[in-house]
Amino acid sequence: MIKFTNVVKDFRRARVLDGINLDIGIGERVALIGSNGAGKTTLIRCLLGEYTHDGEVAINGLDPRSHRTEVLGNIGFVPQLPPPLKMPVGQLIDFSAALCATDPKRIHAIAQRLGLDVEAILARQFVRLSGGMKQKLLIAIALGREARVLIMDEPAANLDPEARKIFFDLLAERLDDATMIISSHRLDEVSGLVNRVVEMDMGKVVLDDKVADAVTLTARLACRVVLSRFEPAFAKALAGWNLRSSDDNRIWEGDIAGPDRLRFLGIISRYTALVSDLSLSEN
Amino acid sequence: MKQLWLTAKLDIVESLRARWFQIYTLVFGGIVALLFLFGLTESRVLGFIGLSRLLVTYIQLTMAILPIFVLITTVRSVAGDREAGVFEYLLSLPVSLSAWFWGKIVGRYIVVFAPVFLAMLGAVIWASIQGIEVPWDMFGYYTALLAVMALCFLGIGMLISAIARSTDMAQGAAFMVWLFLLLFLDLILLGVMIQGKVAPELAVTLALANPLQVFRTAALALFDPQLIVLGPSAYVILDLFGTTGYKIFALAYPAALGMVSATIGYFIFRRGDLP
Repeated sequence: MIKFTNVVKDFRRARVLDGINLDIGIGERVALIGSNGAGKTTLIRCLLGEYTHDGEVAINGLDPRSHRTEVLGNIGFVPQLPPPLKMPVGQLIDFSAALCATDPKRIHAIAQRLGLDVEAILARQFVRLSGGMKQKLLIAIALGREARVLIMDEPAANLDPEARKIFFDLLAERLDDATMIISSHRLDEVSGLVNRVVEMDMGKVVLDDKVADAVTLTARLACRVVLSRFEPAFAKALAGWNLRSSDDNRIWEGDIAGPDRLRFLGIISRYTALVSDLSLSEN
Repeated sequence: MKQLWLTAKLDIVESLRARWFQIYTLVFGGIVALLFLFGLTESRVLGFIGLSRLLVTYIQLTMAILPIFVLITTVRSVAGDREAGVFEYLLSLPVSLSAWFWGKIVGRYIVVFAPVFLAMLGAVIWASIQGIEVPWDMFGYYTALLAVMALCFLGIGMLISAIARSTDMAQGAAFMVWLFLLLFLDLILLGVMIQGKVAPELAVTLALANPLQVFRTAALALFDPQLIVLGPSAYVILDLFGTTGYKIFALAYPAALGMVSATIGYFIFRRGDLP
């Protein structure tokens, strides 16, 4: 499906990609991780045909640079930083839909599922939306078409827990027919979403490993947290995960998305001294 | 073709909301309004009165403002978009590079030319309402001259945007190009002629390679067909082209320069890194 063969990219004298060889098959969900400057974004830009490079990049045997429209017609891309577009939301959706030969209503529907009321913001400039709204819209544009490859750079970073759950559901719907590459600085952000991890450092692949595919994207975990005493900051964090409190804000209960379990435990770990009981059980 | 128009439309919508466009429109609309306000249509200079007097002044002012405005705003927005990640996202969509680049030029051309033309058209409509005689020949030729001027500097602007890798560099280069053309216009050629280093014919021919000089001379030729104000230089120009020939040259050469610059810009853009 996707093949990188000895890909090398230099910026002036700095080598940013140093002989990348990767084969990614249909249905694989790859976490592309690494620190800043590791080469993740450069690799993605080579895959999108945006950078010239040595070596070969092919998607279904086609070079993304010389077969732009055929290749990019099958790729849904969500950038890490939303572009500062001044055009209205409606215009962006129509433009993307027209280029990708999809129905704008499909994008509207996905945005709606993510909790974004598109109809209300059609005339608003994209750049004036909040970070979360921009992210939802870009995800809706990427998923609102027949993309066989999804490339996402920190896609869920700006989403609230509820939108993350729906985002995971949306990805789960594409598991059989799409290949996903999800880039992140941290593995815990994306660990639940992927079945393969590729770690980059200094322009090289330093780890390429399969991940036990036990976590399903649609899994839900019933969560119960009991606090030894009330702490406003911790309570606020738990409320952010849509957990409901009882017993004078000491007992918190609710559902956590399966792929979010590591991320959730990361939040809990900051307040371990306050936790007197914790349970996470699959529904 | 569909992709090209989609890109052009996108660029128009983006530009209409940009501050530079609002200022740009205000400047040219404001010039016409001020010229009317100061009663220029009633004054008589060099035998010109009425709307022709206004048009002569308008095109002189436009020649001073439009090139630097078009150069700076084009490189700022194109190089700025690339730096801000707009290219990274929009070029991840299935649009061909030719449709993208030429679509941007078409969109931007409409946005750059429309305010200048509409301001002049507004003056003509107002004059018609007021019963002032409209010099249609002059209006037609000035419109063509403005259209070509916009194309020329847009093409140069797109070339600079394709070469420069940052907004600062692009802006600096655009300013240097404009300054070079401006200096080339008067100081350099005048200097070498005075020193007797080049033949006057060569100096005049070199001056005509400068689009700013071509526009200025063409605008002069419309109310001074013998180019008397240019002195002996006029002989070289008129011997070489003739009055009508020069009018055609003044449209064809800058248009070709703009298109060639844009085409070179396109090949550089297509060959290199996009974002």
